[in-house]
Amino acid sequence: MEITTSQYKRCDVVKAVGRVDSNTAPDLENQFNKILDDGKSGIVFDMAEVDFISSRGLWVLLETQKSCKKDRGKLVLVNVSENMQQSLDLAGVKHFIEIYDDLTEAVGSF
Amino acid sequence: MMPSKTFAGQFTSLEEIADFIAQAAQEAGFNDKDIYAIKLAVDEACSNIIEHGYGGEEGGDICCRYNVLKDGLKITIRDWGTSFNPEEVPEPNFEVDLYELEPRGAGLYFINKLMDEVNFEFDTGDGNLLTMIKRK
Repeated sequence: MEITTSQYKRCDVVKAVGRVDSNTAPDLENQFNKILDDGKSGIVFDMAEVDFISSRGLWVLLETQKSCKKDRGKLVLVNVSENMQQSLDLAGVKHFIEIYDDLTEAVGSF
Repeated sequence: MMPSKTFAGQFTSLEEIADFIAQAAQEAGFNDKDIYAIKLAVDEACSNIIEHGYGGEEGGDICCRYNVLKDGLKITIRDWGTSFNPEEVPEPNFEVDLYELEPRGAGLYFINKLMDEVNFEFDTGDGNLLTMIKRK
């Protein structure tokens, strides 16, 4: 899985390519934690090129949301495909994390 | 014929397992949404075997086998790790506040939601056997 981060004025956009499973979820977790460790708590996770996410990956999103909210920020998701939505729905993720259709809207929510 | 493949019980095997299972689901004629659901169920099962059954990545092998049925797909997953009682695994509760969410136990819950039949056998004389069926 490749992960890239871009800095915006009020948030960081993290983009991953490939699978978020038990093998790769720790890398994503580290990336989110780096941002939090820098004192930033606004994160957009761009899922346009994520083609699989297991429960291990979902827990990374939910635990990151806990940390962001504690710091008065938030994690939001964008570009969620139908298959990714299947994973998210199993854990009722939409009740905990806002989901946007396009990046401008997601970045604009901060 | 029931094609089968044995994988090292390591998290790096998960992608290869997913490819093997996707091929099986395609062969069985499932649509894209169901292929994803089957891949997810198998990923959760194998992740649990590595994490809990083998207690880590050096524990042993995972053997995946499938059988295309008239109306679906049967998948069996065999491992030689520690057995467990599925009845005793608490269901995760996602209807709580964010801070009350506890990050565990989702794998088995997902498997049960995604597949039509799920059966565990722990006294086979040859490891543990998980049988899952997805119907069209």
